[in-house]
Amino acid sequence: MKKNTLPIIIILAVLLGAGGFFISNQNNVEDTASEQKKIGFIYIGPPGDHGWTYMHDQGRQTMEAELGDSITTTYIENVPENADAVRAIRKLAESGHDLIFTTSFNYMDQTLEVAKDFPDIKFEHATGFKRADNVATYNSRFYEGRTIIGHIAGKMTKTNTIGYIASFPIPEVIRGINSFYLAASKVNPDIKIKVIWAYTWYDPAKEADAANTLINQGADIIVQHTDTFAPCQAAEKAGVLAFGQASNQEQFCPNAHMTAIEDVWGPYYAERAKALVDGSWASQDTWAGMKEGHVVMSDYNTKILPADLIAEAKAMEAGIIDGTLHSFAGPIYNQEGELVVPEGSVADDGMLAGMMFYVQGIEDQVPQ
Amino acid sequence: MIFGIVNIILIGTTPLVFAAIGELVVEKSGVLNLGLEGMMLVGAVSAFVTLVVTDSYLAALIVSLISGLVMSGLFAFLVLYLMANQVATGLALTIFGIGISSMIGKNYVGTPIDGLSPYFLIITSFLVVIFIGYFFKKTKLGLIVKAVGESHNSAHSLGFNVIKIRFISILFGGAMSALAGFYFSICYAPMWQEGMIAGRGWIALALVVFATWKPERILLGAYIFGGVAIMQMNLQAFGVKFPGQFFNMMPYLVTILVLVIISGNKLRIKLSAPACLTIPFNKNQ
Repeated sequence: MKKNTLPIIIILAVLLGAGGFFISNQNNVEDTASEQKKIGFIYIGPPGDHGWTYMHDQGRQTMEAELGDSITTTYIENVPENADAVRAIRKLAESGHDLIFTTSFNYMDQTLEVAKDFPDIKFEHATGFKRADNVATYNSRFYEGRTIIGHIAGKMTKTNTIGYIASFPIPEVIRGINSFYLAASKVNPDIKIKVIWAYTWYDPAKEADAANTLINQGADIIVQHTDTFAPCQAAEKAGVLAFGQASNQEQFCPNAHMTAIEDVWGPYYAERAKALVDGSWASQDTWAGMKEGHVVMSDYNTKILPADLIAEAKAMEAGIIDGTLHSFAGPIYNQEGELVVPEGSVADDGMLAGMMFYVQGIEDQVPQ
Repeated sequence: MIFGIVNIILIGTTPLVFAAIGELVVEKSGVLNLGLEGMMLVGAVSAFVTLVVTDSYLAALIVSLISGLVMSGLFAFLVLYLMANQVATGLALTIFGIGISSMIGKNYVGTPIDGLSPYFLIITSFLVVIFIGYFFKKTKLGLIVKAVGESHNSAHSLGFNVIKIRFISILFGGAMSALAGFYFSICYAPMWQEGMIAGRGWIALALVVFATWKPERILLGAYIFGGVAIMQMNLQAFGVKFPGQFFNMMPYLVTILVLVIISGNKLRIKLSAPACLTIPFNKNQ
């Protein structure tokens, strides 16, 4: 091989590598009649993660089942939250999609960037807060579920130490920690929460390492805000308790899994697809929770949880649904001891959406 | 508690040791294989699927090792006989490995299995490193592999079969990567998840440079990289907060530093990197 052809081959290989996931991971969608709407999804992980992406994919399938032939769907999986996301979103936009769901927080700026160039295409960004005329946002009130698991953890822990595996220090995750802690400390004032930031959503081995580290430091309940069932599996192996994440993970850790907070996206996706088909789609912000059926608790594990605790948890679910119980009901103090939510009121959505502080009692700092 | 931390470090670092020591032998023979990540994934998925199907750890190990031999054999054929560019082919091997492992494992994601105790393989990893150290220092074959990597033309003139020696070295590297993959999906995190190696193949590659191509330093480097990752988690759980991104990039940062240090001195380069690394050998030239 002549030397001067080598650099060209290397460049080609790198380009191929960067673009490889488009080819390998895309569903082939046949070109169909123009009235059929094309809907695309960008996934952060693979649909087989049995966590976050799995549930978005379940939602996509529900949408397909409900709308039948009026839509076709495509997805690109394993899209990193960097400039690759721009190319992946643009790829969907250029291939004639009418509506594109980008399903991770850090696709926010990338979604808006592409949306600016394609004003006729609709975009929906999950868990974000920046909107445009053709960019809607949607999220679920997962923190409502964390109130319930906090209550259960507070009652079930024997060491009064909870291990919490967090992904990235963003409001979504911090809100979850606060919601969990507020409920747990209400029933167990001695409770301590140890947080490990994994700085990844998806790395089974690292998540297992974090779980084992927390168990080694005395945690007897593992809570996670990452996407795989590795922490629950590690808990099972070590003989401690855990909660599933995003989907029911009981099959992977039957003796550790107490319950899970399930993300149910199907009804929302179907609703938005219908709006697209009948032309009523508009940019909006949706933040729905247990009441709307977007957040659902998995079956409580009767092998582990006492019947009265299950009854309490179910009563809390009912309270959240009818509005008598709020995860962030005052009085709530921040770590500096300032009253942030006065007694008799609840935290407003603005505060919740931008929550970057820990509540009083968490002996830790939010990483900068 | 200290025992627990050491235990977690041992469990987490072993796959890096296997993959890196295999790659070290490959690079010593003068070939750079960037396909570690892909080979590890294929090794992991083939072990997992075999275990689910046959319920035999031994069968899983054998199939996993064979998958490593096939993957690396493909690479060896392309770079040694077709003289394809090693960097490009290695990258292609990684991309291929990511794709094919997802495809093979598609129906096995989330299948529960009983994990195997990691301790046998942890001990094996130390023994392999000691053996490779001995191999390069004390055995004739080890010296021949080194000679092929340093100057393939001289080795060829002396009558050694450069292609054959490189082929076997590449196969060894493939088998070690597959063993790392086996360890990953059967012992470390007993499950199959797409892309579950999560970049450790690249860290193992960086490790070889960090170790300046010396087997015993592979252990040192691996345990520094692995230990720091676990220690920062422990500190976090104690309430000491670090920028975690910093620790994620540390292996690469340290490797660049080592490269800068060794390239600052011509003698040091001569003593560390195999002189014929990435240079294809054509005996008709």
